[in-house]
Amino acid sequence: MSDHSPLILLVEDEPQLRRFLRPMLRAQNYRVVEAETAREGVALAHSHNPDVVLLDLGLPDGDGVEVTRQIRAWSAVPIIVISARGKEQDKVGALDAGADDYLIKPFGSAELLARLRVALRHAARGALPTADAVHSFGDVRVDLGRRTVHRGDAEVHLTPHEYKLLVTLIRNVGKVVTHRQLLHEVWGPGAQENHYLRVYMGQLRQKLEEDPARPRWLATDAGVGYRLRDEPAR
Amino acid sequence: MRSTDELARPNPEALLAVAARADGARGQLKIFFGAAPGVGKTFAMLEAARRAQAEGLDVVVGVIETHGREETAALLAGLPALPLRPLSHRGIALQEFDLDAALKRRPGLLLIDELAHTNAPGSRHPKRWQDVFELLAAGIHVHTTLNVQHLESLNDVVAQITWIRVRETIPDAVFDRADDVEFVDLPPDALLERLREGRVYLPEQARQAAHAFFRKGNLLALRELALRRMAQRVDSDVQAYRREHGIATIWPAGERLLVCVGPGPRGTRLVRAAARIATSMRAEWIAVNVETPALALAGAAERDQLAGSLRLAESLGAEVLVLVDETVADALIRLAGERNVTRIVVGKPTRTRWRDRLRRSLLRDLVRGSDGIDIHVITGDREAMAKPSRRPSSEHSPVAHYLWCVALVAALTAVDSLLFPYVDLTDLVMQYIVGIMLAAVRFGPGPATMTAVLSVAAFDFFYVPPYYTFAVSDGKYVLTFAVMLAVGLLISTLTARIRMQVEAARVRERRTAALYSLSRELAQLRHKVSIATCAARHIGETLGARVAVLLVDERGQLMPVEGTDAQLVADPRELGVARWAFEHGPAGRDTETLPGAAATHLPLVAAGRTIGVLTVERGRRSRDTATDQLLETLGSQTALALHRVLLAQEAQAAELRARAEELRSSLLSSVSHDLRTPLATITGAATTLLEGGPGLPREVHHDLADAIREEAERLARLVGNLLDMSRLESGELVLKREWTPIEEPIGAALDRLEGHLAGREVDVHVEPGLPLVALDALLMEQLLMNLLENTMKYTPPGTPITITATRDGESIVLELLDRGPGIPEEALPRIFDKFVRAGGPPGMQGVGLGLAICRAVAEAHGGSITAGKRPGGGAVFRVTLPIGGEAPSVPAEESE
Repeated sequence: MSDHSPLILLVEDEPQLRRFLRPMLRAQNYRVVEAETAREGVALAHSHNPDVVLLDLGLPDGDGVEVTRQIRAWSAVPIIVISARGKEQDKVGALDAGADDYLIKPFGSAELLARLRVALRHAARGALPTADAVHSFGDVRVDLGRRTVHRGDAEVHLTPHEYKLLVTLIRNVGKVVTHRQLLHEVWGPGAQENHYLRVYMGQLRQKLEEDPARPRWLATDAGVGYRLRDEPAR
Repeated sequence: MRSTDELARPNPEALLAVAARADGARGQLKIFFGAAPGVGKTFAMLEAARRAQAEGLDVVVGVIETHGREETAALLAGLPALPLRPLSHRGIALQEFDLDAALKRRPGLLLIDELAHTNAPGSRHPKRWQDVFELLAAGIHVHTTLNVQHLESLNDVVAQITWIRVRETIPDAVFDRADDVEFVDLPPDALLERLREGRVYLPEQARQAAHAFFRKGNLLALRELALRRMAQRVDSDVQAYRREHGIATIWPAGERLLVCVGPGPRGTRLVRAAARIATSMRAEWIAVNVETPALALAGAAERDQLAGSLRLAESLGAEVLVLVDETVADALIRLAGERNVTRIVVGKPTRTRWRDRLRRSLLRDLVRGSDGIDIHVITGDREAMAKPSRRPSSEHSPVAHYLWCVALVAALTAVDSLLFPYVDLTDLVMQYIVGIMLAAVRFGPGPATMTAVLSVAAFDFFYVPPYYTFAVSDGKYVLTFAVMLAVGLLISTLTARIRMQVEAARVRERRTAALYSLSRELAQLRHKVSIATCAARHIGETLGARVAVLLVDERGQLMPVEGTDAQLVADPRELGVARWAFEHGPAGRDTETLPGAAATHLPLVAAGRTIGVLTVERGRRSRDTATDQLLETLGSQTALALHRVLLAQEAQAAELRARAEELRSSLLSSVSHDLRTPLATITGAATTLLEGGPGLPREVHHDLADAIREEAERLARLVGNLLDMSRLESGELVLKREWTPIEEPIGAALDRLEGHLAGREVDVHVEPGLPLVALDALLMEQLLMNLLENTMKYTPPGTPITITATRDGESIVLELLDRGPGIPEEALPRIFDKFVRAGGPPGMQGVGLGLAICRAVAEAHGGSITAGKRPGGGAVFRVTLPIGGEAPSVPAEESE
């Protein structure tokens, strides 16, 4: 394990969970620092400058959303929140406060590692979209520079909002983007109508997915938002 | 005749009364009882109060008039007194005892002078004794004073002795209800001495009467009356003692007295007489009014007197009944038989003897029909000599009717003048008789009688020689006239009778119909609000009144039911009267309590339970005993219907509790099994891995780890379902409905189950152009996931699954179709119940919550879920969701 391997800050109060995560992460060549409380988590984020933060939302001394906000005040480090099912409000709160992704307890190691990889990749690439890049998924090819979308050989015509929606998702590929973030990006600040988003998402699926009712790429995270997969569902 | 000295058999009411008296919650009433003003009752009461105060009791003066007497004032000093309540009546400032202040103050003993006092208008009760009863009911002990002439049953006797009728009376029951009566005695000579010294207070207006009242003869008679009443009371105290201590002698069957009350002023005297007889015999008594056809047409004044007599009887302790029959005697004899009546009290007939002979006499019929029943006949008095009023003016035939009759006779005479030369005189007589019949049928008895007289006159004048004079030459015509007149009068009487009977029958019919239609409609209603509105409408229509029904709402407040005339209790004071009625009994107009209120408030009582209040505002004229009774009957019908609903609700609640209990136990057994099985597997597999170490073959290692993962996932699902269910059921869950295309939750559910679908063929058919649906995306995803999981569990691996979404009117229908074994017929009705697992392969696991959650989610959305057979084999689950209106539009755009 070299000093160049990524450093993960694990903020989790359950010793059993830390006991399972620690060896698993180390086995994958990550370095791990552990915090048991929110306050300790923020302090360690300051002092250790980790590459990814794994943050449990249910901490004894405070709310994970607040921790997210505090870290975001000075750092762009990817934050993945861990929460129980049925706590969608907390999750959305943390994501809107600046968290990058989330995991639902219980989760398997494969799922966790996939999220970690996405987070690290985004961190390496930087927050800015690559202006000249071309993004492909399935048979869809999006030329961000020329603002064209092709499916196979045929060009697909998207409306301005559909295109903006797609680009926002591409910029965050692999990560969930909340409804609020998408509305904000596509329709501008103050937009409230979640159903616009749903309708445009449906149109996008009609144009880009093979079976719009069973999308392989444009996934729904019910109650949270949407995500463009970096690996197909099937 | 049985001896009246024997003890009456204790009835349950008497025993209950003893129990109620022994109950410490009720206040004790002590009466200082005297024969006349000035004997020193107030003085005696104050002395007793001071003794009580010395013993440490909290004695408070409610109201006492010292009338400027020094001895009394001296005794009052040192006793705290409640301030009187100022009242204003027609501009005159009055002061009254403040009942509410007394109730609030809750003294240990309250002193209230002059029990028979009539409160000023605007007080809660018209009589002071009613104030006292409310105090007693509130557990406050009361001392009070009373003179013998104020006792209701002795009212007539006192009037006969003193020639002064006392207006302020109290029912004897109040006197009997007293826990203790102390007789304050002063010999007449001493009293007269005090009077001469000016030591007896007399109000200004009574000064003149006082001279007549305070005669030695009067005072002696009053003292005797008071002593006798006192002796009677002591006797009943002895009886009460024996009853309480179970000293049983032979209990004879009780005497039961029946008094027949008719309309007119004699009624009250009759009632008082009956009350005296009943009290002296310690007999139960019944006051009855028989509604004969003739009575139905009695004048309003007479009906009011009748109602007054019956109310008096009720206040004197009688059971009051109104019967409907053709004749009074038949009704009385039948009732006497039914109720084991031993004596019947009737008034002496005022008719002259010959009329008695002509008509059927009540007395004669009674005596004939009443084997073994004693008949008491009470004589009339001066009051009774007042002629009963005839039919009221409003029911008199209008003048027009008489004019029509004159015209009729004139017309007949004109026609007859044409016929006269050709027909016999007898035929002309026949014509006139037809005219009289016409008048009787069309205009009633008065005009008919007049027509008869006019006809005779006209016939005589025009057609009986000598013509154009009333003189008669031939004596035989006198007979013709007599017969003509007699026939005319007979016809008019008969017709009048028939009309009366028709009228009476119509009134009865109306009541029966009202009652019948109300009870029939109420029987179909299942909700208390609908019962209340239905009853209010019926009662309002039947009585021509405004009606409100008040029920206790969720906050425990008595409030008018919407849909009934809530305006009646819009005034907080009126609502206050209604609330008082709810707790204590009838109140408001036409009752003894708060008669100044605008409406009558009757508590709705069924099975001893007060459910609500019926508030009725009737026109002034529409009140009599019969409508009172009708109102009461309609009210009790309503109360019964409401009670039925309440009982049903309670039974339902009890059943719900029982079902919850059952569920809890099945949950426990289910959960304990389903939690333990995966835990056992996990523990076993993990320990094998630990202990086996590196020696285990690689595949075994992998299998064990996989078993742990699988079982853990199952546990997670189970716990998730339990949590979902409890959240859905606790009601804490608020639906977050957003306009969503139906494909989205379908896609999301399939996506999340991707790993479990294990390559099954899943066809999704969504009808093109479906509108957005207002749904909670997360819950809908949960529903679909649970349905899919259920299908995968119950169908062989690899069999295809189809999901369709179509529109059906204002709903979206989602169907999940499989080609599995289908659902057993007998399992269908319960498949969506909690903890139900229908058939399925052996070793099947799961708590049986998945489909219950589906139903809960569907119902939370206002939709439904059903299951059935799929044509061609397999099962179909059908979820119907309301679209939820029209989604806001999304602005269209051009593509780039």
